[in-house]
Amino acid sequence: MPIELLVNGTAARVSAADTTPLLDVLRNELDLKGTRYGCGLEQCGSCMVLLDGKPEYACAREIGTIAGRSVTTIEGLGGNHPLQRAFLDEQAGQCGYCLSGILMSAKALLDTNPSPSRAEIVAALDVHLCRCGAQPRILRAVEKAALLMREGDRS
Amino acid sequence: MSDTLPLSIINNRRMDKWLHFQSDRTLRLAVGKVELGQGNVTALAQIAAEELDVSLARIAVLSGDTQDAPDEGQTTSSQSIEVSGRSVRLVTAELRARVLDRLAQRLNCAPEDIAVEDGAFLLADAPTGHDYWNFIQSDDFDADITGTATPKPPSSYRVVGQPVPRRDLPAKISGAGFIHDMVRPDMLHARVLRQPNRGATLVSFDEAPVRRAAGGDFRVVQVGNFVAFVGANETVVQRAAAAAPQHAVWDKVRKLTPDMQEAAWLVGQPSNDRVLYSDEPPPETVVEASYSRPYVAHAAMAPSCALAEYRDGHLSVWSHTQGPYPLRDSLANVLGLPAASITVRHAHGAGCYGHNGADDTAVDAAVIAREVPGPCIRVQWRREEEFGFEPFGTAMHVTVRAALDDAGKPLDWTAEIWAATHVQRPSSGGNMLTHEALPTPPPDPRPTDPPEANGGGGTRNAVPAYDFPVKRIVHHLVRQPPVRTSALRGLGALPNVFALECFMDELADRAGVDPVQYRLSLLSDPRARRLIENVAVRSGLAGRGPAGSGRGLGMGWARYKNKAAYAAVAVEVEVDREVQVRRVWCAADAGLVINPDGGKNQLDGGIVQAISMTLKEQVKLDATGVASLDWASYPILKFSEVPDIETEIIHAPDLPTLGMGECTFGPTAAAIGNAVAHALGVRIRDMPLTRERIAAALLRG
Repeated sequence: MPIELLVNGTAARVSAADTTPLLDVLRNELDLKGTRYGCGLEQCGSCMVLLDGKPEYACAREIGTIAGRSVTTIEGLGGNHPLQRAFLDEQAGQCGYCLSGILMSAKALLDTNPSPSRAEIVAALDVHLCRCGAQPRILRAVEKAALLMREGDRS
Repeated sequence: MSDTLPLSIINNRRMDKWLHFQSDRTLRLAVGKVELGQGNVTALAQIAAEELDVSLARIAVLSGDTQDAPDEGQTTSSQSIEVSGRSVRLVTAELRARVLDRLAQRLNCAPEDIAVEDGAFLLADAPTGHDYWNFIQSDDFDADITGTATPKPPSSYRVVGQPVPRRDLPAKISGAGFIHDMVRPDMLHARVLRQPNRGATLVSFDEAPVRRAAGGDFRVVQVGNFVAFVGANETVVQRAAAAAPQHAVWDKVRKLTPDMQEAAWLVGQPSNDRVLYSDEPPPETVVEASYSRPYVAHAAMAPSCALAEYRDGHLSVWSHTQGPYPLRDSLANVLGLPAASITVRHAHGAGCYGHNGADDTAVDAAVIAREVPGPCIRVQWRREEEFGFEPFGTAMHVTVRAALDDAGKPLDWTAEIWAATHVQRPSSGGNMLTHEALPTPPPDPRPTDPPEANGGGGTRNAVPAYDFPVKRIVHHLVRQPPVRTSALRGLGALPNVFALECFMDELADRAGVDPVQYRLSLLSDPRARRLIENVAVRSGLAGRGPAGSGRGLGMGWARYKNKAAYAAVAVEVEVDREVQVRRVWCAADAGLVINPDGGKNQLDGGIVQAISMTLKEQVKLDATGVASLDWASYPILKFSEVPDIETEIIHAPDLPTLGMGECTFGPTAAAIGNAVAHALGVRIRDMPLTRERIAAALLRG
C-alpha cells in the first residue's frame, strides 16, 4: 500500500516499506538529498525536518508512522528564505554538513517565536552538533534572519 | 619572496596544468588543494583574480582532480595558502606578464603602460580591442613556469585582503553540494563488514539471519576478509551491515585492556627514541610536571562516503579525500592497477580536520567496483564505522622539566614526549584498512613521524619559542598503540602547547610573577609579544584576582609549527562541577591574510573545537576495540556550551602569508588549563578536564 504524505507542500505517494526511515525515503525515493545522514541515532540533528511544522529527526522515523502528515525539508525553504540569506550574510558555516538540519530547527523556532532571545535560539539549536565550530556565526545568522522576517521580508 | 619555487610548481611546471581560458570569457583555475570546509578554494580564486585583474565571477576553480588539476599532494598542515596560494600567485603573475609583454611589442609601448580591467587590456584608458581571451596564444601555456614574474605589491591589492563570501556555501545552505548527494546512472549502494583489526580472519559468516534482517535483495561480495553488501536499495544494505557483525565469527581478534585508552599507558612501551636540539647532558636538579591528552577522534559530522566505477579497465573514484593524487597511488598499489588507469576526483565531504575514514572508504568502493564492474558503487560508512575505524589523533604524555635560575627562570628546558605516530597515511608508512583485509595484506605499518622540517608530529610545537639557554626534546615514538593513529588537526601541537604553556604558568606562580610578565620577560619575538599584550589587556588578565574563586582567567599562545601563524588566546572560565568556558579573546598574526572573514572563521572554529577536545573528548576502548561509537559516548561541545569569542586579526600585509587553520588549537587548550587552575587554585594536567578530574583535583588540594 503506498503511503501518502505532503512533502514541501506537494502530495507524494511513497512505495517504500512501512519501516523505511523517513530519511531514506526523502533521499532515495523522493530525490530530496538535502536532508542528511549523520548518525541514524537521533543524536546529531543533521537529518532534522519539520513534521507538521515541528522539528523531528528523520533518520529513525519510520515512514509508516507519518502517513498523511506534512513534511518540510531544506528544499522547502526555496533557496531565498530570509534564513538562507542571513546564513550567507554571516557566512555561517564551514563544511556546512550540519546546516540543513539547523536551518529547519531555526525555521520552526522563528515561525512560532519571531523575536527569540539568544538563549531561546541556543535552546532550539542545542540538539544540533556542529564539529567545525561555526556555532557563534550560526547564532548570529538566526538573529539576523529573525530581524529580516520581522521587517516583513518573507520572500 | 623566497628564491626557490614552491613545491606545487616544481611538481607541476606547465602553465596549462593551472590555467585554462574558456571561450565564454571565463577562465578555469585548477588547483590540487581541496575544499574541506576551510574556504581555501575561495581564497585561491581571490589570488588569481588579483594578479590577473579578472573579476572573481569569471574564475571557476577545479580542485582535486587527477586528470585535470595539478598534483599538490595532501591538503594538510595549513599549507593551502602558504604553498598553493604562493604558487597560484606566481603562475597568474607570469601568465599576465607573458601576455602583456607580447601585447606591448604589438602596440609599441611598455608593458607597464597597459592596464587590465576585468580581463580587457587598456592603453591610456582606451580599449585596445584585446583581452586575455582573444590575445592569448597556445605558446603562452607551452613553456614551463619559471617563477620569475613579479607579482603585484600588496599595497595595490583590491581583491586579496577582502572578506569575499565562500563559493561553496550557497549550495550547502540549499541542501546540495556534497559527495553524499551524488547520483550516477545504475548506482548501487554498498556497506562493509569491517575486519575488527589487522590480522583478524573471518572464520564464519551466517548469511541467513543477515538476509532476514535486511528485508530485501542484496549481493554479498567477499574478497579474503573483506565483506560487502551491495544492492539497489540503500535501506536494505544498511540493515544488512548493521546486523552483520553479530553473525560473523573472527579469529585473531586483538585483546585490549582498559588502561590502554589512557595516555599514561604509552610511557614505557617499546618506542623509537631520540633526543633533539641539545646534546648537553640534562641537569640533575629540576622542577617537573606531566601533562596528557588521550586518543581523540576527528568525528566528522558525516560518516565517510565514496563512489567508484570500474569500466573497460578504467577505475573512476569520487572521494572527499585530502589528497586525490596520493589516493590514486594507494588505489594503484592496493588493486595492482597502473596509476594511469585510475582517475580520482574530489567531491565535498564534511569537515575532516585530518586523516579520517575518507580514503579508506574510497578503497572500499574501488575494491567492490572491481568485483562488480559496470555500475557505480556508492559506499556510505555507518556512524559506528566512522567512530570505530577512523584513525585517531594519538594520545600523548608530555613531561616538562626545567632547571631554574635564582629568579625562577628556566636555564635548561626539557620536554619528554611519549606518543604514537601522528601521520599514518599510506605515503607515510600506514596502510589502507581495506588492504589489510584482502588476501594479500600489506606489511605491518612502519612507525614514522613527520620530519622536524615539516613541523614534526609528536614534537610539533614542543620546542619553546622562549629565550631559554638550553632546550631539549626527548621523543619516544611508541611503536604499537592499541588503535590506528594518524593526522588530526595540529598533530602534537595541542598537547605540546598545553604542556608548555601550562608549565609556564606554574613556573610564573612559583617565581611569584604575573604570568603575562613572566612570559614577556623571556620572549623577544615582537610579533608574539604584541599578541600576548593584546589579549592580556582585552581580557583583564593582568588584574585577575586571587586563585580559587571558581572563576578563572588564563592564557596561552603559540606560533603554529614555530613557523606558521601566531595566535594568543585568553579565556574566562567558570568551574562548578564542570568547566564552562564563558568568554574567549583571541589575537592572531598570519602575515598577509587573503580572506579575513574566512581566516576568522578558521580561528574561531579552531577555538571551539579545541574547547571541545580539552573539556570533553576521549576515545574509549573495550576488550576488543573502540567502545565510543556514537555521540552519546563521544560527546562534543554543544551550542549551549559555546562561549562568546572575540577575535582580532593583527594585519601584516607586507609579510608572507602564514597558514592559520590550526594556530588557535594549542593556545586555546593551554588557556583553559591555566584558567581552570586559576579558578580552582589547583591544577588539572590531564585532558579532558572532566567533572571527575575536577573532583579529584579538589580532593587532592
